[in-house]
Amino acid sequence: MTALSDSWALTVRDLLRLWRQPWFIAIVLVQPVIWLLLFGELFQRVVEIPGFEGGDYKQYLVPGVLVMTAFFSSGWNGMSTIEDLERGVTDRLLMTPARRWPLIVGRLGQNAVQVLIQSLVIIGMALAIGVSFEGGVLGVIMLVLAALLLGTAFAALSNALALVARQEESLIGAVTFLQLPLTFLSTAFMQESLIPNWVATVADYNPVNWAIVAGREAVQSGTDWASVAGYCGLLAAFALACTVLATRAFRAYQNSV
Amino acid sequence: MSKAIEADGLKKSYGDVRALGGLSFSVEQGTVFGLLGPNGAGKSTTVKVLTTLARPDEGRASVAGHDVLREPGEVRRSIGVVAQRSGVDRDLTGRENVKLQGHLQGMRGRELDRRVDELLEQLGLSDAAGRVARTYSGGMQRRLDIAIGLVHRPRVLFLDEPTTGLDPEVRAAMWQEIGRLKDDEGLTILLTTHYMEEADQLASRVAIVDRGRVVAEGSPAELKASLRGEAVHVELDGANVNGNVHAALEGVPGLGEVLVEGRALHARADDGARAVPAVLAALDAHSIPVASVTLARPSLDDVYLRYAGRSFAEADKKEDNE
Repeated sequence: MTALSDSWALTVRDLLRLWRQPWFIAIVLVQPVIWLLLFGELFQRVVEIPGFEGGDYKQYLVPGVLVMTAFFSSGWNGMSTIEDLERGVTDRLLMTPARRWPLIVGRLGQNAVQVLIQSLVIIGMALAIGVSFEGGVLGVIMLVLAALLLGTAFAALSNALALVARQEESLIGAVTFLQLPLTFLSTAFMQESLIPNWVATVADYNPVNWAIVAGREAVQSGTDWASVAGYCGLLAAFALACTVLATRAFRAYQNSV
Repeated sequence: MSKAIEADGLKKSYGDVRALGGLSFSVEQGTVFGLLGPNGAGKSTTVKVLTTLARPDEGRASVAGHDVLREPGEVRRSIGVVAQRSGVDRDLTGRENVKLQGHLQGMRGRELDRRVDELLEQLGLSDAAGRVARTYSGGMQRRLDIAIGLVHRPRVLFLDEPTTGLDPEVRAAMWQEIGRLKDDEGLTILLTTHYMEEADQLASRVAIVDRGRVVAEGSPAELKASLRGEAVHVELDGANVNGNVHAALEGVPGLGEVLVEGRALHARADDGARAVPAVLAALDAHSIPVASVTLARPSLDDVYLRYAGRSFAEADKKEDNE
């Protein structure tokens, strides 16, 4: 109980910090809308490629943009940890009786709230431009859940890296190195039947693609719920493993002080 | 009476750099104990080990009766820490900072709120409590650090270089606050500092730390009394040859512990008034020009010089360059 309550107190702390950066909030909210509108316009004739199923590219794109947004913003979650390390806040927290995992989970809580709000903005925007969610409310919930699980996993990895590398430059390098390849080695923008075989094979092992496939399956008509549940289970296991790894990373940090 | 802090043979290295080389000392309950030494002497590493942040390679230590390695949770509940680097979250208000710390220390609800208000009041931060800490002055941030360290009423308080980088006025106010904490709250305080006067003023016992070991320990008065006579400091004018100075002063009666660092010459005299003319005459005879001479009762500076074999200022400079 204490540990859960500590996690929540730390989530509130991170949300307060976020709330006090209005420009950051503006960017976080506007950027996904830009992705959706820009890619929707840029690639609108993709549907004319022979073999592309479905008539509207925006319809196809929404789950991909939603998951990509969660993936992109979560990758930066460790930046707060680096700031805490530099400011001596991490040391102070480690010298309290609080357990180690709430220090990570608290941060993941803030990330989840951020991803949730971004997702709602994208869904609202999608509805506004005429996208329909055939899978109904449950479908939308599963899409957001997939994005949240993926975001949690990469936010935890980002924190693990922050505690091990302890340098802004290293984290920025690693995140930018991973973001685009993992996004494009997926079915975010192109149907599986139309991408090269090797990309499809890699995508099968790419957690970003797991979330996109699950989310897209959930919001289309005739959803295969077993497949959605299977991918969400995989994502949950991945997120848990990353969280354990991040908690362990405190040990690596403490060995260095 | 049981000890509030006991450190026994602490050793720790970072790679090839030895930070602690078998450091031992103990602190009585309800007293202020000063760890005094230049930058890099191992003071901060000692605090990190005693506050459970870092593990020693060898040796054992206990704080408030709990072993730092076997019962870190109990130690963390018993201690408050004001680290050398402020641990304030600059994006939270003063009140939010203290409250979060209290929460992590297991305090809840109205008890916590009351304690937070009381502390902010005590440390003169009530008016600023609703402002984010980013807007605080250096002195205010330091006081907020102390409020954070005290929120759960710890039995042992660690103050790691609490006044480094503060204005003289703010430093004096901080000294007053530390004195009050000892007198009113009965806290045991471990103070690390590289200001001699700070240790002299606040600590009832002082351990002088040099290169990861305690080289002398006692009350400031005892340490100063252990030096016989008076301290003679001569500022030489222009270049000098070390050997020359030593040779020149060899014959001066009642003079010992001669040390030359650059243009500064330190020595100890049984009877200062008699030694000074003799020293000047001896230097003059060897054509070593002198800029100024001072004679003083031994200070903790001289104590450090005596036990560490180099002057404090010199050691501080050297460690800074490393």
